[in-house]
Amino acid sequence: MTPSDRDATGLLTRPDPFVQLITPTGERVRNAEYDPWVADVDLEVLGRLYRDMVVVRRIDTEATALQRQGELGLWPPLVGQEAAQIGSAHALRDDDFVFSSYREHALAWHRRVAPAQLLSVWRGTAASGWNPYEHNMAVPQIIIGAQALHATGYAMGLRWEGSDAASIAYFGDGATSEGDVNEALVFASSFDAPVVFFCQNNQWAISEPVGLQSKQAIARRADGFGMPGLRVDGNDVLAVLAATRFALDRARRGEGPSLIEAVTYRMGPHTTADDPKRYRGDAELAEWRERDPISRVLAYLDGSGVDIAGLEREATAEADRVAAELRAAITTLGDPEPLSVFDHVYAEPNSHLERQRANYARYLAMFDEPGERETPAAGAAPEASSSTEGGVR
Amino acid sequence: MTQLTLAKALNAGLRRALADDDKVVLMGEDIGTLGGVFRVTDGLKAEFGANRVVDSPLSEAGLIGTAVGLAYRGFRPVVEIQFDGFIYPGFDQIVAQVAKLHYRSRGTVKMPITIRVPFGGGIGAAEHHSESPEAYFAHTAGLRVVACSNPADAYVMLRQAIASDDPVLFFEPKRRYHVKGEVDESASLADAPPMGVAATLSRGSDVTLVTYGALVQTARDAATAAEEEGISLEVIDLRSLAPIDYAPIEASVRRTGRLVIAHEAGQQGGMGAEIAASITERCFEFLEAAPVRVTGHDIPYPPAKLERHHLPDLDRILDGVDRALGRPNSLSGVEA
Repeated sequence: MTPSDRDATGLLTRPDPFVQLITPTGERVRNAEYDPWVADVDLEVLGRLYRDMVVVRRIDTEATALQRQGELGLWPPLVGQEAAQIGSAHALRDDDFVFSSYREHALAWHRRVAPAQLLSVWRGTAASGWNPYEHNMAVPQIIIGAQALHATGYAMGLRWEGSDAASIAYFGDGATSEGDVNEALVFASSFDAPVVFFCQNNQWAISEPVGLQSKQAIARRADGFGMPGLRVDGNDVLAVLAATRFALDRARRGEGPSLIEAVTYRMGPHTTADDPKRYRGDAELAEWRERDPISRVLAYLDGSGVDIAGLEREATAEADRVAAELRAAITTLGDPEPLSVFDHVYAEPNSHLERQRANYARYLAMFDEPGERETPAAGAAPEASSSTEGGVR
Repeated sequence: MTQLTLAKALNAGLRRALADDDKVVLMGEDIGTLGGVFRVTDGLKAEFGANRVVDSPLSEAGLIGTAVGLAYRGFRPVVEIQFDGFIYPGFDQIVAQVAKLHYRSRGTVKMPITIRVPFGGGIGAAEHHSESPEAYFAHTAGLRVVACSNPADAYVMLRQAIASDDPVLFFEPKRRYHVKGEVDESASLADAPPMGVAATLSRGSDVTLVTYGALVQTARDAATAAEEEGISLEVIDLRSLAPIDYAPIEASVRRTGRLVIAHEAGQQGGMGAEIAASITERCFEFLEAAPVRVTGHDIPYPPAKLERHHLPDLDRILDGVDRALGRPNSLSGVEA
């Protein structure tokens, strides 16, 4: 290809090389620069990463099914991005802090968030599913790219405290056009903040191909901000792990931020309200299926003499168990108390809101009197499937 | 008691907050070495170091977004927005993040961020340097909005804002920065009235006049002028714009039966509309006349040579008082 060639997404000027340690067919590629970062990753660890990816894919398909059955309002699937998420999650220490978008379900799983907690938000019963300080993972962010600044500020704080922990910001290719992400790269660079910018380039921002966001590989932008840019095969869990470890180590040593572009693919729709058939073809999907992040690890393990039939059995059994628990927990999750709508708007007493709350409580109390009509809070639940397309961008 | 300008009182308040709590960090453009374009942070970087008084890159979204991350980490960031009209690039981070994170996180993540904004006109400045954007923020759930009007309040209210676990938009009347007043630097926060409480500055029986920020002094002058005509104005300094402390306003209107609200910001969707509606709801039967708003026009802030035609001054406030009293005024004989 020459720089003027256009790829299937129409606009990308040229596919830059990326680092790959395991090929789609399961061969190990040696890389003198990256191999030392995963020298300790033996077959057992790879087996665990494989199992994690199987489980999160199962959580994801279960969530999509739950949405189709009316149990969730909306779901943004991660399918296809398991290696990018599990590989990078595995590189983190417990005391590192994760700032994610709304698609990093594998990060939540890896940081021991119960899947039902994760899904409660998409069921609409809670504004968030977990206490960020119990998992060192922030509440997922829906505003595109906003969390990059939060991760940067957090990292500035870590540096001023003298901590050797780091933060990591997850965002997609679409987010790289947002001011917040670019401003985060400036601040992080200026203050040598120990933060890793982890971009999952999944090729699509709803219907817009990555070429509309960037005419060159996203990782190359790092140079303009004065930090290393690493471009890795995001469907190769080992390469992702190596790159993230490199970036985290640099951050811990006070050398500042890095930008990782994990080249991956969103195999599903943007959300359950999206219809990818309107903007991309089957051939592209088929091509990416050949590069599936899960099957290539299995192929590599197979080639290394691991009993993959047993491994698959174990992983499937765990995935089935997690999915069954998730389904049981989420479908029995009741609606929150009506007056809880006023909770936590402020940390301190607020005269205005207290008055509004008291007035609404009086209004609701009218329906408790005999012979009154049914309370609207119980009778007017919106249709779970009524979410509009692009409701979450 | 010390005589301090409003800017020096803010400086003293910031110094005290930095000394009292090592989680307090100041961030802003030109606030370190220069001491801020209004010198409000003068000398603080030298005293507390570059990690406590931080010169930031020129990005309001960056400033506020990183303050969110610092708050996540347990810091109490105090962000200076250089001029009112520069806050808009940070608007998304304020409205979508700062205001909502405590709610979104179900009370687990606090956002004790203070955003200082020099606001208002009257200094003959260039475009974007004289605006009054407070209503945008008062409209936003999750934020507290306050405006100081004098050095004593500036010193105490700023420390209260920084100590608050809620995010606070702190509006500073820039044309009053260099006016002196008495400040009690030994005052403890516990003894001072909370920043959410309005202050009744002069007792009066004919009209209740409510305002905030730079116009508080104008309102006091108007009360003096009105007195010469035998009209008694009760002047209330709102101090807090969200929430609004309605108790003293309501009590006053029950006595006077007449309400005038003055602000520099435009009329439509402004603080005056909110106060007029709320007071009408609360004590309609005590009102002798419709509430009157004396505000800036609903125009972009005009060039400096025209700003006196935009900003409410003493005479326009008194014209509003005349409307409330049914005395001859600029709108006499005009259908409403």
